[in-house]
Amino acid sequence: MIPAEAMVPTVTRVTSARRETADTWTLELEPPGGRKAAYRPGQFNMLYAFGVGEVPISISGTARRGGGLLHTVRAAGPVSGAITGLKRGAALGVRGPYGTGWPLDEAAGGDVVLVAGGLGLAPLRPALRALLAGRERYGRVALLYGARRPEEILFRRELEDWRRRLDVEVEVTVDHAGADWHGEVGVVTALVRRAGFDAARTTAMICGPEVMMRFTVAALRQAGVDDARMHLSMERNMKCALGHCGHCQFGADFVCKEGPVLRYDRIRERLAAREI
Amino acid sequence: MTEGTRDRLVERGDLQALLDALRAGGYRVVGPTVRDGAIAYDFVERVEDLPAGWTDRQEPGRYRLERRDDGALFGYAVGPHAWKKLLHPPVQRLWKAVRDGDSFRVEAEVEDDAPVAFLGVRACELHAIGIQDRVLMGDRYVDSGYRARREAAFIVAIECGEAGGTCFCASMGTGPGAESGFDLALTELVAPGRHAFVVRVGSERGAHILEAVPHREASADERAAAQAVVARTASRMGRELDTRGLPELLLRNLDHPRWDEVAGRCLTCANCTMVCPTCFCTSVADGNDIADGSASRVRRWDSCFTMEFSHLHGGAVRTSAKARYRQWMTHKLATWVQQFGTSGCVGCGRCITWCPVGIDITEEARAIRATDGAKAGGGDGKS
Amino acid sequence: MENLEQVVKEHAFFRGLDPRFVALLGDCAADVRFDAGAFLFREGDPANHFYLVREGRVALEMASPHAGPHRIQTLGAGEIVGLSWFVAPYRWAYDARALEPTRAVALDALCLRGKLDEDPALGYAVLQRFVPVLIERLQATRLQMIDVYANPGAKKGARR
Repeated sequence: MIPAEAMVPTVTRVTSARRETADTWTLELEPPGGRKAAYRPGQFNMLYAFGVGEVPISISGTARRGGGLLHTVRAAGPVSGAITGLKRGAALGVRGPYGTGWPLDEAAGGDVVLVAGGLGLAPLRPALRALLAGRERYGRVALLYGARRPEEILFRRELEDWRRRLDVEVEVTVDHAGADWHGEVGVVTALVRRAGFDAARTTAMICGPEVMMRFTVAALRQAGVDDARMHLSMERNMKCALGHCGHCQFGADFVCKEGPVLRYDRIRERLAAREI
Repeated sequence: MTEGTRDRLVERGDLQALLDALRAGGYRVVGPTVRDGAIAYDFVERVEDLPAGWTDRQEPGRYRLERRDDGALFGYAVGPHAWKKLLHPPVQRLWKAVRDGDSFRVEAEVEDDAPVAFLGVRACELHAIGIQDRVLMGDRYVDSGYRARREAAFIVAIECGEAGGTCFCASMGTGPGAESGFDLALTELVAPGRHAFVVRVGSERGAHILEAVPHREASADERAAAQAVVARTASRMGRELDTRGLPELLLRNLDHPRWDEVAGRCLTCANCTMVCPTCFCTSVADGNDIADGSASRVRRWDSCFTMEFSHLHGGAVRTSAKARYRQWMTHKLATWVQQFGTSGCVGCGRCITWCPVGIDITEEARAIRATDGAKAGGGDGKS
Repeated sequence: MENLEQVVKEHAFFRGLDPRFVALLGDCAADVRFDAGAFLFREGDPANHFYLVREGRVALEMASPHAGPHRIQTLGAGEIVGLSWFVAPYRWAYDARALEPTRAVALDALCLRGKLDEDPALGYAVLQRFVPVLIERLQATRLQMIDVYANPGAKKGARR
């Protein structure tokens, strides 16, 4: 049980702010009380910019040194705009972590395919780091990542590091590119067919815009992946993250509590329906 | 029968002693009173503050107070107010953030209001409070302010002597008799030559308060009369809702044409959610105080009927009135059961009465049941 | 020299094709290679071939006078390049360029169309494979068009 001050943010500081793309920054937050913050890959925090407001932001990893949590934020409105504008040393409020994580234990013993679209790579990055840290527990591991344009690709250096490894397949594609881009062009769903995995024993973890996730699921189903082994990170309006404000309801699930990571067979009908 | 469960009788003339005992016990008493042509819940001190001799006539989209031909104090059904306004306040500051050098600190709002005694809580409202308990303090996270107010609240229930025209608690299993969830439960007996209350004790503090109120043991006749009041009310429900398989029915009919039909009438005004005793949704607003440079967060009731409610990255998820009505009704009657193990509807009828166009949730459910499986036109949507 | 019939038969696009049809297609097949940067074809040219990519990577591009070429899609081993050979007036609608040394089977369009006309059963078998690729590319184009990863805040000034 979370006590009294569940809606009261803890004040912490930005220990580093790194620009990922034109509108997206990764902030490293001071570990509260100097302790390495515990979270499960896939979970999110509520970040508060003083006087502006609070938004849910997924945890995009732990800093290699210091153990502070990383949050990759895109300036999409006043609050996220204010958060991305925070410089090193600035104070901000944080509540969390909240929600469900990726099924990293459940996936053990089989192949794992991560499919990310756009900013959806952020909550999948700690999942891939965990998969690689416990590499011997899994079969083949693949990351399929679709971005809008080459200049909007996140975590470029880490993607390059992963690409160089022999124990993970990394495929990156962009929707729009000029001739100076040497990588793949096309939608991320097209990568599903090319990726090497044994569908019968594959767990898929998917995060991106809802449209992208719907078509990714269709491609994975066609490849033979079971509905009960596909996991999606859903997104809905969220005010409290405690299951009290009601905004994040997606059918019977509160995305903040039962989600954000939800198993596809649980949400299949809802995902197909309109305006749920 | 043990001492604690024996029914007592309090004469109408001794009811003021109950209000006085509650005040002496440190409670501010809130009860029914006539305000702006309706029965409202507000602070009451004297029995004279109660709506003696008034009743309410309710139909879809209509509410009117009328005189009774007796002096019943609780001779109405329910008004637009629900007790949630006291337990889960409509507007509440959660905290204040104050600049502190190059950082800031957050100060949680401290509440030190005196506890409240709720006088005249209907059976449906006892269930509604129980339902909000599960939402706000019955799961992983607890709303501590709610819990503090809830645990401090003294509840005097009143069994119903009148069924409103939009009432359907009997079919929801939530009334009109009060079974649990109260400190004291009253049943008003009004007849020529008799005006008294049969009182049941539901808690130790209830028993303690009752000690200060003149009372005697209720006779078998008086107990039977109280049961007859409830039975008579149950038989006069203005509406009914068939709850058999209702969650499954609604969830397999998300594309039913009735949603379009009701959307043609629904004004998405959110009245139903404001008057509903179980609707719990809130939003938050962050503000700044220019005078001292502080910031604060205020929580307010919100409604799934607003466009902003489902706002996500530049647009609302539920833009159509159809989707918003469907969200409200399927939540209330279907997904609520999956979330909290009970229906989110207690059959109080407020959403029907206070809907400006008289949309009737029981009628909507009935229409879908009558044409289970119908699909909105426009082909199968495949490409 | 390797048996091109065998290559056609084993290519993902024709997997499971009736051996009788494979033999007919083999008559139209040629082994082709392209250096990195070489064009398989250019927009407006006659669509004389249908390519089954065996190795390498091919980019489909549309030229634009001020912004340079837009890269529409990249294709690799097991995939096909060229749709216009099937539809009159048989002219390429975009450029196809090898991004790396690329090897393919080129099916002569005139030969191929002749075989399909002569044998409707073969025509149907080819269409059964061809149409799903068309639909998949159309769907991919739709997804690119709706620009799912765009920042809505950048366009409309989102309120969050």
